[in-house]
Amino acid sequence: MRLAIPLMITFVAGMIMILQFFVPATQSMGESLQEWYMIVASFAIFLGAVNLLHIHIHKIRFKARNWKYSPVTIAGFAAMIITGLFLGIEPGKPFDYMFTQMMVPMGATMFSLLAFFVASAAFRAFRASNWRATLLLISAFVVMLGRVPIGAMIWGKIPLISEWIMQVPNLAGQRAVMIGAAMGMVATSLRMIFGIERSYLGGAD
Amino acid sequence: MATFVEKLGDIDRRIIFIVMALAVIIPLSVRMSLPIPISAGPSLDMYNAVDALPAGSKVLLSFDYDPSTMPELQPMAIALAQQLMTKDIKIVSMALWPMGVSLGNEALISVSDSLGREEYVDWVNLGYKTGGGVLIVRLGSDIKSVFPVDYDGNPVDDMPIMDGVNKLGDFDMIISLSAGDPGVPAWVMMAGDRYNIPIGGGCTAVSAPQFYPYLGTGQMVGLLGGLKGAADYETMVRVGVENAPAGTATPGMAAQSVAHLGIMLFIILGNISYLVAKKRKGGVK
Repeated sequence: MRLAIPLMITFVAGMIMILQFFVPATQSMGESLQEWYMIVASFAIFLGAVNLLHIHIHKIRFKARNWKYSPVTIAGFAAMIITGLFLGIEPGKPFDYMFTQMMVPMGATMFSLLAFFVASAAFRAFRASNWRATLLLISAFVVMLGRVPIGAMIWGKIPLISEWIMQVPNLAGQRAVMIGAAMGMVATSLRMIFGIERSYLGGAD
Repeated sequence: MATFVEKLGDIDRRIIFIVMALAVIIPLSVRMSLPIPISAGPSLDMYNAVDALPAGSKVLLSFDYDPSTMPELQPMAIALAQQLMTKDIKIVSMALWPMGVSLGNEALISVSDSLGREEYVDWVNLGYKTGGGVLIVRLGSDIKSVFPVDYDGNPVDDMPIMDGVNKLGDFDMIISLSAGDPGVPAWVMMAGDRYNIPIGGGCTAVSAPQFYPYLGTGQMVGLLGGLKGAADYETMVRVGVENAPAGTATPGMAAQSVAHLGIMLFIILGNISYLVAKKRKGGVK
């Protein structure tokens, strides 16, 4: 039963979602399933919050590696929840203040750090070791210059060449990846609907 | 024995970090400014598509990002809101990302206040709902059942801006500012292709290349890619507008220019060192 019921639900839900495109009578069922999905997805957020607390309390309790960061996480989590729930989330309230003055700059800082790691990684790994790597290197230089004003100041045609690289070779490669991924998605979906692919059940067999 | 040139290939990464930090800090500190040339491309296409909308049109603006990508996407949000509100185009906004709601609200309030626009008449923020692509499909048939109230909890039925807006097909354009999934691809596949609505977008520089296929097929009317896209848009929106407030993307382009040159310099040094070492070992004849 542990296997049969989830497989049956997957088959019925999957078939309804496909059939609603071709059989008008199943359209309302498809819409209901979409609403169910949104409700289940909302619960998943709650589940995620509970899981976050569970993991960090567990880390503190057993003094796991880097457990000292966990109280900070829990304190931040509690502060946002309490201020948001009891004092409101409108501009000027503590929740909004913590969001704009703490979360926003910290989030932006984390993303900005990427620039340093990209520079370091590019320095160590970007080598013209053969003609293909050299071609990649030249393309990267042209695109990097084409994406900033200084590129046009060096030579007016750099932005145009950069745009050509994006619109022709890049587009061709991206389209191949997209079509391949889409075909894979269709195949995997069909395997799940027909019960061939069962890894999403978490290893139950 | 390794030569000086060969040793260049082993520069301590802390030196790289310091040089990169200076490459960003100095241009921003001295307010270095570089002209932003606008050439044919997705940014200009985006501007022209929005510019072609008549006054009174309704645009759905989706803030699908969070604070980590704010430096690139928030200037786009502000510039787009400026263009839309200046042209008297109504903005209905929402978010597929929970933290996009507040960021979007911040952008809309600042532009609305500067241009004297009215909430619920000229713009509204419906808020965030989970569901991604499925949510978009639901919006395609009934917006008001998905968003019965806006971000502030006011019933959308009572808002003048929502008159005649019941489904996605009632919008003249959808614009998603996206930092990942769900974002631009979901809007293209679930809204643009199904309901034949023009889709425009903005994204981070790293994700821009993957959206070019949508531009090639006409599934997107334009795309703002990274800080450059934001700076392009700020420049275009400011043309002919007196006392237009300065954006944050345009000054950032000078810092980005120097940073790119810095990265290129390090790559060149690394390669010189690599080739010299290879030649010494007999790899290059």
